[in-house]
Amino acid sequence: MITIALIVVLNSQLGVAPPFAKFLNPYQGFWQNAENAKTWKDDEAHVPGLKDEVKVYFDKRLVPHVFAKNDQDLYFMQGYITAKYRLWQMEIQTHSAAGRISEIIGEKTIDVDRMQRRIGLGYGAETAQDYIAKDPASKQLIDAYCDGVNAYIKTLKPKDYPVEYKLLDYQPEAWNPLKVALLLKNMANMLSVFEYDIENTNFIAKYGEQNFRELYPDFIDAEDPIIPIGTPWNVTPMDSTNHSQMQAGNAGVIRNELFANALTKPDEITGSNNWAVSGSKTKSGKPILCNDPHLKLSLPSIWYEMQLVSPNMNVYGATLPGSPAVIIGFNDSISWGVTNGGRDVRDWYKIKFKDALRNEYEYNGQWLKAEKKVERYKVRGKPDVLDTVIYTRFGIVVFDQNFGTADSKKNLAMRWTAHLPSNEFKTFYQLNCGKNYDDYINALKNYTCPAQNFVFASRSGDIAIKQQGRFPLRDKATEQGKFVSNGTTDKDEWKGYIPAADNPTIKNPERGFVSSANQHPTDSTYPYYYPGLGVYENYRNRRINKLLTEGKDIDADFMKKMQTDNYNLLASEALPVLLLLLNKSDLNDHEKKIVDALSKWDYYNNAGEVSPVYFDIWWNELRKLLWDEMMDKNVPMKQPSFYVTVAFLKHDSTSQFYDNLSTPNKKETRADIVLMAFKRIEDTLRKKEFTEVNEPYENDDNYKKDDLRTHDWGSYKDTKISHLAMIDPFSSMHVCNGGNIGIINATNTTNGPSWRMIVDEGAMKAYIVFPGGESGNPGSAYYDNMVNTWAKGQYYEADFIKQGDELEAKKLFVSTFKP
Amino acid sequence: MRNFIVSVFVIIFLSSLLQPFLPWYIVAAVAFVTGYFIKQSPLSAFAAGFVAIFLLWISYAFVLSHANNDLLARKVATLLPMGGHVSLLLLVTGIIGGLVSGLSALTGRFAAAL
Repeated sequence: MITIALIVVLNSQLGVAPPFAKFLNPYQGFWQNAENAKTWKDDEAHVPGLKDEVKVYFDKRLVPHVFAKNDQDLYFMQGYITAKYRLWQMEIQTHSAAGRISEIIGEKTIDVDRMQRRIGLGYGAETAQDYIAKDPASKQLIDAYCDGVNAYIKTLKPKDYPVEYKLLDYQPEAWNPLKVALLLKNMANMLSVFEYDIENTNFIAKYGEQNFRELYPDFIDAEDPIIPIGTPWNVTPMDSTNHSQMQAGNAGVIRNELFANALTKPDEITGSNNWAVSGSKTKSGKPILCNDPHLKLSLPSIWYEMQLVSPNMNVYGATLPGSPAVIIGFNDSISWGVTNGGRDVRDWYKIKFKDALRNEYEYNGQWLKAEKKVERYKVRGKPDVLDTVIYTRFGIVVFDQNFGTADSKKNLAMRWTAHLPSNEFKTFYQLNCGKNYDDYINALKNYTCPAQNFVFASRSGDIAIKQQGRFPLRDKATEQGKFVSNGTTDKDEWKGYIPAADNPTIKNPERGFVSSANQHPTDSTYPYYYPGLGVYENYRNRRINKLLTEGKDIDADFMKKMQTDNYNLLASEALPVLLLLLNKSDLNDHEKKIVDALSKWDYYNNAGEVSPVYFDIWWNELRKLLWDEMMDKNVPMKQPSFYVTVAFLKHDSTSQFYDNLSTPNKKETRADIVLMAFKRIEDTLRKKEFTEVNEPYENDDNYKKDDLRTHDWGSYKDTKISHLAMIDPFSSMHVCNGGNIGIINATNTTNGPSWRMIVDEGAMKAYIVFPGGESGNPGSAYYDNMVNTWAKGQYYEADFIKQGDELEAKKLFVSTFKP
Repeated sequence: MRNFIVSVFVIIFLSSLLQPFLPWYIVAAVAFVTGYFIKQSPLSAFAAGFVAIFLLWISYAFVLSHANNDLLARKVATLLPMGGHVSLLLLVTGIIGGLVSGLSALTGRFAAAL
């Protein structure tokens, strides 16, 4: 009995611990995942489902170069190879998007799962899947990709499962087109965070119209949009005015009510950069294109680098594991890259139900039937959980009495473009095969969500950029989409969508370059209204445009320096204001030395500098003290943007916001909080543990230059590339590099450039690096082998080949797959 | 003593033959059967079961990990947590397998005595 009990215990999951004997035995356990580092041999396999032979050449960095004789085999093998190196990652991301994490983890993630389904990631994926099924060409290729993934999964025995399956004790399941769609919806969700309807309504309800206009302006005076200021618009806008028949008294916008829930937004958004320069500014006379999309850094790497070759295409770049085609990359004729569009594509509507049964809701004086769907959640080790979700014409009711709020009247539905029928795969497929500018524009026209700024360059010499997504037609008079709206009328309902042809775009501009960094797409003369609100970038864009304007005889080396540029434009504008406002008579000797260091700083956030640390703490603490009004846990509000904050500090000397709410008996002034924040620099440094240095900063008299090294910017920022399941030994910890948000090298503690790419159309060369490696296996030397190269700001030249044998001398191995 | 050595070899031989195809707890069945058929004292049966799988698991794990430069084992030994000591992880692996096998052999020995 004891023996049997022991076997059962050692074979099952104990709380968070893996099943010990199952995990530790060398025949099926984790030891099997220890990749043999010494031998790479060519191999051959028969794979049912292939039409013809496919060869895959793995280069020195384990990048696969797939050579197929037709597109179906190409995508089949893309799926097969991706699964071979990234299966766990692909699946955990789709499980997360589908709200199925509790099946693996247990009841503690049930609300995370409910949130995913309530914002409709699964619903959006199903809509997309149905829509794609109507396009046989797309469906065939997506099916081929899924078949390839499944063909690989079929070869697996439990001993071959990625180590995370063994740790968490579960099995991979079959891949399908719904999962492909879920991955894109997952991406859409990460990138659709630029909406603050609930936060804005809360703010205006609490602090009034005048404060709202001052702190959340649509445009700022230093605007440097994607389409240069003054570019004429060749657009005849569609009518977006409100023609509602409803009576005026029944307002569409809600500005006098507080809401306790909003979707969680990242504290600090890092954003992405892309740009292309025309031949007039380059050494070679041909364009150069650059892209570095910034995301939450994670391992296994977000991107999987690949080359895909068929008679129809020869394309190279970043693929999204689990989804066919190259997302960011280049072929022999064109190159393209993306940054997040950041336009508001999510709107919130307050739904009024007829009664407690919630079967009907009010709309234009009538009662419409609410559609109910019961979501069932499997929970590891517990009974299933059920959740009733209500669908309205304004989208799914996310927050209601069953989720987030006890108030049965605060039902908030979310309308989101990711729920619209769309086929993003087709866009990427057409870009992968694209030959010229017309192909690029044609490829973009049906792309829906997440809205992106697609930058473009061709060997023939064109450069262009276009913001593409499906954008609701918004009424400027009511500022539709800026606040929570009433779902009881059609007054604030979407009136249609802006035609793709009218989306902001520019080709071969006079200034010789195009660029984007998540800033405003246009100036205020764009004929369509969209909310601005200080969510747009104001620093990286100006720095990029300055460097590109000044740049001459640009080559790849110039671009490498630029992508890793650490100039802190925010600091250069904020620090002089702060230093001016600082009362220096209240400082001790050490603090005076900090002021001295800051005054001499050249505003570069390089890893070895200390001034960026002082500035960062000062700035963050100041914002906490200044905008404490917006940090109310029960009433979500947005902090004003950095740019607005600097302008506010400079020009507003007496505002109510300077008073700190935590000190009811004292009324702080601007000078008070600037000094309070400054005094926290030493405190913060003293409290912070420096893992690498192990020598916390001491407030002693031997304050020498050498001591400053103990808290340089690289150690202080302490960038971490976290494993997707937050397993620290599988993460890259303490990565030392420069940068920060608002800087071109937008690396902070958790986020940063997830892929850096430079495509030189003249030399037909590309330089690539990303913070990770090709393998998703923590037991492989290729799991994180590029992290240091990335941190140092160095690159690899991509082996963009025409024939497999070009790689012969510098390959790891070749895999041949036969039907 | 002879039966002890024979038991050890039989368990190692059968387990290494069967384990690549069957779940890890096949070692329990192997040890049980060996304990059942090879006559020896209960202590000797347990020791034979323990030593056999202890050695087999540790040596195979060592071979796999060595070819990997202990890359993964170091990470797992940090995770579990064993301060990143691969030798400790190997030892724990061996003890867990050894205990299961030893107890199974003992159970087999008692079953034979019934």
